[in-house]
Amino acid sequence: MKATQSPLFGSVDEVTERLERVGYLASTAVATTVYLADRLGKPLLVEGPAGVGKTELAKAVAAATDSGLVRLQCYEGIDEARALYEWNHAKQLLRITAGQGQESWDATRDDVFSEEFLLPRPLLTAIRRDEPTVLLIDEMDKADVEVEGLLLEVLSDYQVSIPEMGTVTAKRRPFALLTSNSTRELSEALKRRCLFLHLDFPDADLERRIVLTRVPELPEALVDSLVRTVRVLRAMELRKVPSVAETLDWGRTLLALGMDTLDDEAVRTTLGVVLKHRSDQVKATAELRLN
Amino acid sequence: MLSAPEHGLPGHLVAFVGALRNHGVSVGPGETVDAAEVITALDLLRRAELREGLAAALLRRSGQREAFDTLFDLYFPAAIGAGSGEVEIPRGEGQDGEPGPVDVDALREMLADLLRDGDEEKLRELARAAVDALGRSGATGRGVQGVHRQPGWSAYQALRLLSPETLLAQIMEGLREEGDSDLQDEVRRREIRDRIARFRTLVQDEVRRRTAEQRGRDQVAKTAVPKQAEQVEFLSAYADQLTQLRRTVHPLARRLASRLAVRRKHAKRGQLDMRRTLRRSMSTGGVPMKPAYKARRPGRPELVVLCDVSGSVAGFSHFTLLLVQALREQFSKVRVFAFVEKTDEVTHLFEPGAELSGVMQRVLREADLTAFDGHSDYGHALGTFAEHWGEAITSKTSLLVLGDGRTNYRDPNLTILKRMVGQARHAHWLNPEPRRQWGTGDSAATRYSDVIPMHECRTAAQLADVVEGLLPV
Repeated sequence: MKATQSPLFGSVDEVTERLERVGYLASTAVATTVYLADRLGKPLLVEGPAGVGKTELAKAVAAATDSGLVRLQCYEGIDEARALYEWNHAKQLLRITAGQGQESWDATRDDVFSEEFLLPRPLLTAIRRDEPTVLLIDEMDKADVEVEGLLLEVLSDYQVSIPEMGTVTAKRRPFALLTSNSTRELSEALKRRCLFLHLDFPDADLERRIVLTRVPELPEALVDSLVRTVRVLRAMELRKVPSVAETLDWGRTLLALGMDTLDDEAVRTTLGVVLKHRSDQVKATAELRLN
Repeated sequence: MLSAPEHGLPGHLVAFVGALRNHGVSVGPGETVDAAEVITALDLLRRAELREGLAAALLRRSGQREAFDTLFDLYFPAAIGAGSGEVEIPRGEGQDGEPGPVDVDALREMLADLLRDGDEEKLRELARAAVDALGRSGATGRGVQGVHRQPGWSAYQALRLLSPETLLAQIMEGLREEGDSDLQDEVRRREIRDRIARFRTLVQDEVRRRTAEQRGRDQVAKTAVPKQAEQVEFLSAYADQLTQLRRTVHPLARRLASRLAVRRKHAKRGQLDMRRTLRRSMSTGGVPMKPAYKARRPGRPELVVLCDVSGSVAGFSHFTLLLVQALREQFSKVRVFAFVEKTDEVTHLFEPGAELSGVMQRVLREADLTAFDGHSDYGHALGTFAEHWGEAITSKTSLLVLGDGRTNYRDPNLTILKRMVGQARHAHWLNPEPRRQWGTGDSAATRYSDVIPMHECRTAAQLADVVEGLLPV
């Protein structure tokens, strides 16, 4: 299958460029792994702290390649019927009652287990699509261990076996992206099938550019001091360090309040936007000598 | 000493994978094949992309990255020999056409400028050139080193001569402007400090690379690669290793809690509830079709932690207390007692939402822990605990003792401990020393372990395993 499908990207630079065009600034690590995942036809497992743009990456890849995004949001207790497919029981019953007395059992049986009565869920949908597809399996670590077993067939062979109908094989291999906050270790079997990307906070330069792209109204000097302050906060021993999303929120807050410099007063009044724990705020205030 | 590998690029890759395995990164043959595919798909001349690509194929956990990066630099070095940097190192007068010794003061000026501007590439080049020049020619005014003999690379020597830390005040002075607030000042100070730390690692990386050329890669790979945070031994960890370790507490606690939830779910089946089974059988004419089971309540014990906070084991105690604190929901009540010579209750310092990174200093400052000379005295500490807070241990309590059991040859007071263990529902002792050292010298660990189950917890990984085993289902 690898041979029949033309890759989405031609080079690592092209990945960076096309992602940038849809507003996602990728680091070398991100661009390289996205390129490889596409080239080698492997799913990409993205791990990292909350708010660094894991889900955003999937959306950006979909936008950059004009693919449809199929999303499976994992949660505790998600099962086959929610992830793969389900039979439409009500409709099957109707069909059986409607055909009563006129059809043989064999014909009815074959009929109620056909395409018409199948309710595809995200994984099957992604496999059956003809158009280019990005399959996002979000917060994989929230799902139970059993679900990983379900995913193995989908992710390694891009096919789904339905006992009553046979095996559905992908017409077009989707670009699969899994995200995890590492609240638990994913199984080795699953990890082995994926390329692994640890997405961390971007470096200062990249973060500056991200803020400037996302909140273009902010003056450059303010963005600079904003990013530098956030980086200092990240270096502290805090319970929850601010992520990129919080840097952006902070920028928007300053903008809304009409502040154009990040002075002591501004930091003191708006620190709550970046630090969500009381003890973190106390600590940061003391360490930055704000009182 | 660098020689071409026997089987070309594949052989080199296999050697690299072997080195990773030696450092506890489990890489299977499947991953090695992936890595080979990565190499074919990428442009080998673009080193940053190759690094990320190999990491994506070979690593499975974020904590492995540091070891990977160091080994990558050894196996895929950015340059051979001194490289072709643009940086001109200032030197004193040389003799016989040899380049003269390095003018350290002028070099420090250059370093200060680069640290102020914060250009990482330039810093890296300076580190490379400085290590090379200092290793070959030595420094002015410190005797002629390195001439007419094999050059020697030493991070210790280079960093001692350059002593980048002492540049901080000078750089800060140069940057200060009228009307700077404390905040700007502080942010800047921390930035410069980070860059200095960065420069130190650059110098160390550079020295490692040059040493590998001289003494062989495998030799260096064996000793100089940093350990993964979870594998660092508590008792020999540096301050910044401990800091790094403490950052992993919350993810670790979350992982333990979710593993526990899985265990609870699988252990759901309880005992048969006869009364309810018979009651249910009424609807089926007295035939018990559906058995009913007794629901098991998850036990949420009270926890009493008794921890040694003396210098030698403070790092271990701190980490364990943070972990206990992060797992607080698993217990109905947590009480923390600290001891050195005497015992004192410090529960109030570990309230939810309290600031915990500097908590050990507060414990030592605020609690009443010493009596005579400030050396640990387990016997006396157990005695004061039993005397003042003996009622804290009830049949619902789990007792956890943290310490190395080194009593400075004083009475270990086994009878008191035996009585405490008898009163508590569970009792365990976590010891950060390797098992083979128990009972050596002034350690009473073996005598204590006759009375109370003792577990070896040298690393965070080991501690996590032990704690997981101890948590109630």
